[in-house]
Amino acid sequence: MSDTSKTVKSDSSEPGKVEKTGGVIEDQTTVAPADDPTAAPVSVVDPRLLVREEGFKGYLTEFKRKVKGGELGQIPVVLGLIVIWTIFQAKNDLFLSADNLSNISYFMSATGMLAIGLVFVLLLGEIDLSVGSVSGLASTLFAVFVVDHTMNPWLSLVLTILTGVGIGALHGWFFAKIGVPAFVVTLAGFLGWNGLMLWLLGSSGTINIPSDSGPVHLLGQNSFFMDQAIIGAYLLAGLAVVLTAIGNFGEQRRRRAAGVPFRPTTEILLRVGALAVASFLAASVLNNASGVSNALVIFLAALVVVDFVLRRTTYGRKVFAVGGGIEAARRAGINVPMVRITVFAISGGFAAVGGMFFAGQTASATLNAGGGNTLMLAIAAAVIGGTSLFGGRGTVWSALLGMLVIQSIQTGLDLLNMNTSIQYMITGGVLLGAVVIDSISRKSQKAAGRG
Amino acid sequence: MVHVSATPVLALRGVSKRFGAVQALTDVELEVHAGEVVALVGDNGAGKSTLVKTIAGVHPIDEGVIEWEGKPVSINRPHDAQGLGVATVYQDLALCDNLDVVGNLYLGRELLHRGVIDEVTMEKNARELLSTLSIRIPSVRIPIASLSGGQRQVVAIARALIGDPKVVILDEPTAALGVEQTAQVLDLVERLRERNLGVILISHNMADVKAVADTVAVLRLGKNNGSFPVKDTSHEEIIAAITGATDNAVTRRAGRRTAEAAK
Repeated sequence: MSDTSKTVKSDSSEPGKVEKTGGVIEDQTTVAPADDPTAAPVSVVDPRLLVREEGFKGYLTEFKRKVKGGELGQIPVVLGLIVIWTIFQAKNDLFLSADNLSNISYFMSATGMLAIGLVFVLLLGEIDLSVGSVSGLASTLFAVFVVDHTMNPWLSLVLTILTGVGIGALHGWFFAKIGVPAFVVTLAGFLGWNGLMLWLLGSSGTINIPSDSGPVHLLGQNSFFMDQAIIGAYLLAGLAVVLTAIGNFGEQRRRRAAGVPFRPTTEILLRVGALAVASFLAASVLNNASGVSNALVIFLAALVVVDFVLRRTTYGRKVFAVGGGIEAARRAGINVPMVRITVFAISGGFAAVGGMFFAGQTASATLNAGGGNTLMLAIAAAVIGGTSLFGGRGTVWSALLGMLVIQSIQTGLDLLNMNTSIQYMITGGVLLGAVVIDSISRKSQKAAGRG
Repeated sequence: MVHVSATPVLALRGVSKRFGAVQALTDVELEVHAGEVVALVGDNGAGKSTLVKTIAGVHPIDEGVIEWEGKPVSINRPHDAQGLGVATVYQDLALCDNLDVVGNLYLGRELLHRGVIDEVTMEKNARELLSTLSIRIPSVRIPIASLSGGQRQVVAIARALIGDPKVVILDEPTAALGVEQTAQVLDLVERLRERNLGVILISHNMADVKAVADTVAVLRLGKNNGSFPVKDTSHEEIIAAITGATDNAVTRRAGRRTAEAAK
């Protein structure tokens, strides 16, 4: 949202933008503009605004100001990631090996899908506690469809996801139309849907899903983009870089044509360059292991699509508006209950998709699918990535960055053979830490006039 | 006083409104012409807000007629009022704190370019609108949360203008504003008049009313209590009409005399 605000420059020097206050108005007014006695040229830009200096120094001062103002953005994530990777690498030098990093990239996709749905709900300032249970129920439903009813796997996939959407919409309906707090509705869902899953699994406890073809194979551990071709990973990285560059330069051209502030070319090159380094580095690491897993590719594709929906469509704007001020959204003609119901439906849908990813990981539906700390991890991922629990602020990329942190911790603890008790305590601590950072940054944003 | 057209763009004829046992408005008359600023004043509970809400479509009227450009219309929903060209800026501004100025200006009516929000055109139009209104804000890409109260007020008023309304209703736009911000908002009201819009300004502040309004319509206990051209009317006369101090033995005697003289 605020991407362009970083580059807004004062254009009081541009002659085209300058406008004189008419003398006629001055005569009629009994109250003269207090700070404007000479009828000086008035520009849109307030002269008191701190304007970013040109060049690298400008970036640095702007960056410092933002951090002081509590706009931490992705800084906690990056710092957290560096700390976590350093600690685990020091404890076990297999941690930063290609195979382990590849593992992280594969296993983060499932919980990441839940986190994408949660970002929508968090943007409304609400919470969905049912995503873990819904994901477990989805994997069981899929197994029942495919194994017990010998349905076509792809049809089963569609039905499963639709069920997830329906469940989410039901939560949303109770919240938006009846007025039950979202926290309670989804807490009921957390228990209820988990119960339904246990009932469906019955005494057997586990249903094995054939994994030689269909969606479960696609999401499985041995399914890779372009069948492990070396070029595949680089193709993806190249695609990301080229599309980002085209998008950025296209936007710059349109903004320049329209005469509004645009990003300087050096900044675009810097951004695209950074993305290129990161993505090609990741591609080469994954190629050193066994390639890019299809689960990761689907996760990334979902991120790109959802990011577009949130930032570039009227629906996304409505979600942000409802998260920022319900009354304002209502007065602007936005159908608030509809936005709420659809957001919970989206959350339920992504939970079901995440459940399919879990099913793909184990090629089975089990009693503990979506249980344990799945929900906590998904919430922690979204919040650590920078999406505020208080609504209205955040991006869907926080699901990716947060999951990197969370999955690194999980994989690292597994690598060190820590048992579940320690894992739970550490995950709880990380979630608390993320929320504390969110709350503190919100406080300092208020102090800096940005809350 | 600016030129006033013959047919009022908005006219209320004998409008009444009841809430249960309370007669909130009784036979109220009000006319707003294009390019005219009508100040609506009255004590607390005089019916100012109710009157404005009937125009904005929040409360449908019980009796009477609302005329729009000379023709009777029915306004039953806020949507009807917006469709006619009535924009209302309420006292609680109802802006989204997390969205930037452009996002708020166009909230609910975003411009699209091939199905995608057209940020560039929106930003360009927003800058043009704000600069023609001489509104000063740090940047059109700054979240509303970082603006001052006066800046929020002018953004809220600018937002009302995006839909090209013919009548703008401002509910206490200068309440809780500082000296400079009040001046900014009053400047803005004058610019609305220059754009040939009809403006209904609710205010408790007589200085503001005297500064920008062309006509003062006074409500007292849900009824009209006089309508005065601002430049020929003194502060005291308006206050008297608001408080009902005009309604005493002396004025009644004077009224009878003029009535007899007329015969």
